[in-house]
Amino acid sequence: MNKTPMVEADRVSKNFGSNQVLKGISLTVQRGEVMCLVGPSGSGKSTFLRCINHLERVDAGRLRVDGTLVGYREKGDKLHELHPKEAALQRRDIGMVFQRFNLFPHMTALENVVEAPMRVKKNQKAAAITRARELLASVGLADKADSYPAHLSGGQQQRVAIARALAMDPKLMLFDEPTSALDPELVGDVLDVMKKLALDGMTMIVVTHEMGFAREVADSLVFMDGGVVVESGVPRELLANPQHERTKAFLSKVL
Amino acid sequence: MARGSVPPIGTDYTVQAIRAVRLRHPIRNIIAAIIIVFIAAFIYDAALRPAFGWPTVAKYLFDRRIAEAAFNTLQLTVYSMAIAIVLGLLLAVMRLSPNPVFMSISWVYLWVFRGTPVYVQLTFWGLLAVIYPTIDLGLPFVHPFISISTDQALNVFQLAVIGLALNEAAYIAEIVRAGILSVDRGQEEASTALGMSWFQTMRRVIIPQSMRVIIPPVGNEVISMLKTTSLVTAVPYSFDLFTRSRDISAETFTPIPLFLVASIWYLLFTSILMVGQYFLEKRFARGVGDVRPDRVTTKGANAETGEIETVVRSTDRPKEGGL
Ligand SMILES: Nc1ncnc2c1ncn2[C@@H]1O[C@H](COP(=O)(O)OP(=O)(O)O)[C@@H](O)[C@H]1O
Ligand SMILES: [Mg+2]
Repeated sequence: MNKTPMVEADRVSKNFGSNQVLKGISLTVQRGEVMCLVGPSGSGKSTFLRCINHLERVDAGRLRVDGTLVGYREKGDKLHELHPKEAALQRRDIGMVFQRFNLFPHMTALENVVEAPMRVKKNQKAAAITRARELLASVGLADKADSYPAHLSGGQQQRVAIARALAMDPKLMLFDEPTSALDPELVGDVLDVMKKLALDGMTMIVVTHEMGFAREVADSLVFMDGGVVVESGVPRELLANPQHERTKAFLSKVL
Repeated sequence: MARGSVPPIGTDYTVQAIRAVRLRHPIRNIIAAIIIVFIAAFIYDAALRPAFGWPTVAKYLFDRRIAEAAFNTLQLTVYSMAIAIVLGLLLAVMRLSPNPVFMSISWVYLWVFRGTPVYVQLTFWGLLAVIYPTIDLGLPFVHPFISISTDQALNVFQLAVIGLALNEAAYIAEIVRAGILSVDRGQEEASTALGMSWFQTMRRVIIPQSMRVIIPPVGNEVISMLKTTSLVTAVPYSFDLFTRSRDISAETFTPIPLFLVASIWYLLFTSILMVGQYFLEKRFARGVGDVRPDRVTTKGANAETGEIETVVRSTDRPKEGGL
């Protein structure tokens, strides 16, 4: 079995102008591991996820996915920026799910799911459709294949979005507050799909405020604040016995 | 019934459908009646007024020369608009592309072609053969491989089409750009995250969605172009509907009936275009057209709970792509 960690962040830093948003994030996500990332709003969680699939460029430090440097090529001791084509090639192995779903509103659920496999991977239409139907069935939406996103509930939209990301057969899935925009009664369905995915061995990084999910599903929990990792550990222990004041203060608000 | 209580179990809930007296609009009806009377009076008067020269209108409405000219006007409109839309789309995409070279070219183009009157531009195109007597193909400072005389290469009709199209492209570009910017940023982000290239993202995701915003003003531009074709006399091209009507009226000394003839043809074409626009708008409303406003989620309207990111992610992103 391959021992290379799936994600290896070494002092990853990111600035927006003079605003240093990530101040040296170091963490490792092993294959098959589920990591939950929590922290107050503005602590840089989304920015970190976006760095992982190069939607944002890392300014300092090294970020590797599956052993490969993200966004740059290393030649000797110099880093070269990647061509957009190479960056796209890196991204297609990394699935991303957004807080606001970002489904393509002019396409049906099925069309949303087959779009990237057909356009990016150039898969055959028939094969792509068969696979998309399987995926929609696996998120419990077999009967919604021909619905447009606007006719689906938020929870259904988010599950289509998960199916869309899975259609590219990613080796890593990133979730940015996937349930934060949902009505409370719809959250469970989405978390169930994610749990099933975790049990199937998918490597996942999940930014969430759902501590129940973190406790039950995650292998590790990382608490971020102000662009640094304040504390990390096994979810059960960290939640029961936080060491830092900032962690305690945050947990007392969300638990 | 008491506040906050529910009728006892077993209550009969069957009720009759509401059959209310329809709301009446007396003022509205009176105003409509008055207007109808005025219109009827105007039509009656116009029908009998000799200055309109209805017999002359009837005589020239389907006159061969007029019909030909109407067809020429239609061709000018269709060709120049088709070129303008393709070029305008290209200019808009260049303007928004991450490539600074494309961006500047597009900017300069718009500056020139929006900044000068069409009439002047058409005059310049008419003088093309004077300014550039030959069109040469070859390398700089080397004797050209091919050299053709401009007069032979381009007739006045083609010059008119070029003139109209290049001017219009600048306006279409701005319409398209506004349409593209109206699409939620999350859409670009989602397609990029799926591994789609910048160009694929534009073609498959952004532009189809921007169509809803683009089509109404472009429809407007087509109708406007139909009428702008009357300026091609600057080239000088004189076989379009307006110029031909004017020329005929100069011979017959009946300007009013002939301009009525031209107007009827313009109205006919405009009506056809409006029908076309209606169907196009319906086509691109797919997925959003028939939905209650509070359920459209692309702009995050449905994300009522949880913190909603309001960060404007426009600066400092990895610059990527190019055509
Ligand atoms: N594109 C951007 N330009 C400027 N500032 C940004 C941008 N994206 C994020 N930020 C800033 O970075 C900080 C962290 O944002 P974010 O990663 O979204 O935090 P979180 O997801 O933890 O709430 C915020 O202060 C935000 O204002
Ligand atoms: Mg966030």
